[in-house]
Amino acid sequence: MWRDAALVAGKDLRIEGRSRVGLSQVAPFGIVALVLFAFALGPDRQLMAKGAPGLFWVAVLFCTVLAVQRSVSVESSDGARDGLRLSGIDPAGLYLGKTAAVAAQLVVLELLLAVGVILLYGARIEVPWMIVVSCLLGTVGLAATGTLYGALSAGIRVRETLLPFLLLPIAAPVLLAGTRIWQAAMAGGTPATGMQWLRLLVVFDAVYVAIGVVLFGPIQETA
Amino acid sequence: MTDDSTTATATATAAGAADDPSTAIAGTIGSGLVAHPPTAVAPNTGVTVSPVQSPRSRMIERAIGALALVGTVATVWLGIWVTPPDKTQGDLVRLVYIHPGVAWVALYLAFGLAAVSSLLYLWPRTRSLFWDRLAAASVEVGVVFNVCTLVSGSIWGKPTWGVWWAWDARLTSTAVLLVLFLGYLALRRVPAEPEVRARRSAFVALFAAVDIPIIHFSVNWWNTLHQGATVLNANLSPQIHGSMAWTLLLGFVALTLVFVWMLLVRYRIGVLEDWLGANELDLALAERHSEGSGRLDGPVADRPGAA
Repeated sequence: MWRDAALVAGKDLRIEGRSRVGLSQVAPFGIVALVLFAFALGPDRQLMAKGAPGLFWVAVLFCTVLAVQRSVSVESSDGARDGLRLSGIDPAGLYLGKTAAVAAQLVVLELLLAVGVILLYGARIEVPWMIVVSCLLGTVGLAATGTLYGALSAGIRVRETLLPFLLLPIAAPVLLAGTRIWQAAMAGGTPATGMQWLRLLVVFDAVYVAIGVVLFGPIQETA
Repeated sequence: MTDDSTTATATATAAGAADDPSTAIAGTIGSGLVAHPPTAVAPNTGVTVSPVQSPRSRMIERAIGALALVGTVATVWLGIWVTPPDKTQGDLVRLVYIHPGVAWVALYLAFGLAAVSSLLYLWPRTRSLFWDRLAAASVEVGVVFNVCTLVSGSIWGKPTWGVWWAWDARLTSTAVLLVLFLGYLALRRVPAEPEVRARRSAFVALFAAVDIPIIHFSVNWWNTLHQGATVLNANLSPQIHGSMAWTLLLGFVALTLVFVWMLLVRYRIGVLEDWLGANELDLALAERHSEGSGRLDGPVADRPGAA
């Protein structure tokens, strides 16, 4: 299972490395979103610094939708999906591999967005490890749910419009938890309140990764 | 020629109905909403008539409908004219006879039933389109009740809290639930084979159901303003008495009956929709066919293009 996962993740990241869709389209989109949020909140830097945690996570959520769409569309042409199923790769490994590839891209993106939030909104971070852990846990949760829904909607022609509608409400707890952890870890926050939210993220990740590992085979047959 | 096609269609439809395992399960559940093997054949069309409801199931459906109507009317009568106004809330308290009942149906009954039947559909031993249709009907009726919960809550919230909407935990999780299940309904509208659609929808319902406790906890930590449960509170001592308590209870029963009745009707519509989906082309062809053969005897001047 792990070897299959590494193979699939390597394949997706190699495609990404050669096509540069994430770097040339998704990342700039994230920056555009940050700039638009700044326009929406006005030039008041204090207000922007206060809203920075939430805005960061909303931007990440939107980028997740794009990354998942890309991850699905990579398999949709030339009968790639059938090829994968025929290749004898363990469905659980396939799921973990696709999830890992999406998560890796999101982590790079989050790094970029975090720098943007600090520079553009003047957000001051007091407890850096909490920010890092929240990003890692949140990313796993988003990639895990995203890959599940991506596979489920793979065969649907109206996928582009349906996927965000299905995925974003499910991912709402990640947004809530991520925002609260960031607020706790920033200047003026109380770091202790972040702990229960970190636990919530762990539960969210565990639940959806487990569902994916167990159910990815049947889900693939559905699409 | 016409006779041949009639027999062929009738046999095919009857075989399809017999294959459907939902027939057996629906019978044991007692809802009695079964697509009966068509017995009658519409004259000159070459297509069997749509699945009909058995007299027994029609009677059950009507009885539940009548009970629901009586219960609702009684609740309204008791709630508006018989019960006294509340000491602190005045006439506003009368919403309490509707709002918790609607919320109970929307948040627990409808979506609980949808989650359970989706799970039963996914379980290979109980896989049957019956569970899929039941889940779909349940979600659709549940969404209606969910909207009613939010609307009645808003009407109560404006004079009491001073705002139509508060970002309170319960309100927020109810709204997220509504969005989740609107997504489910949107997915169901995507054209697909009934089995594919059923599996997809069941998975989505399952993922959403798993998310609900997590959403519940997260928004609870996020913000809480809604008043606690009145009847089923921690020490099980109801804080409501006399005629008000009875009216509240009757409201719960009446709204549950309304839900059951709507569920039965929606399930029956689901059966008919699937039947239509499978036979639409045959029906249209037969109609077209009879149109052609019928008009040949009539006056030629009636036909378009005959100058």
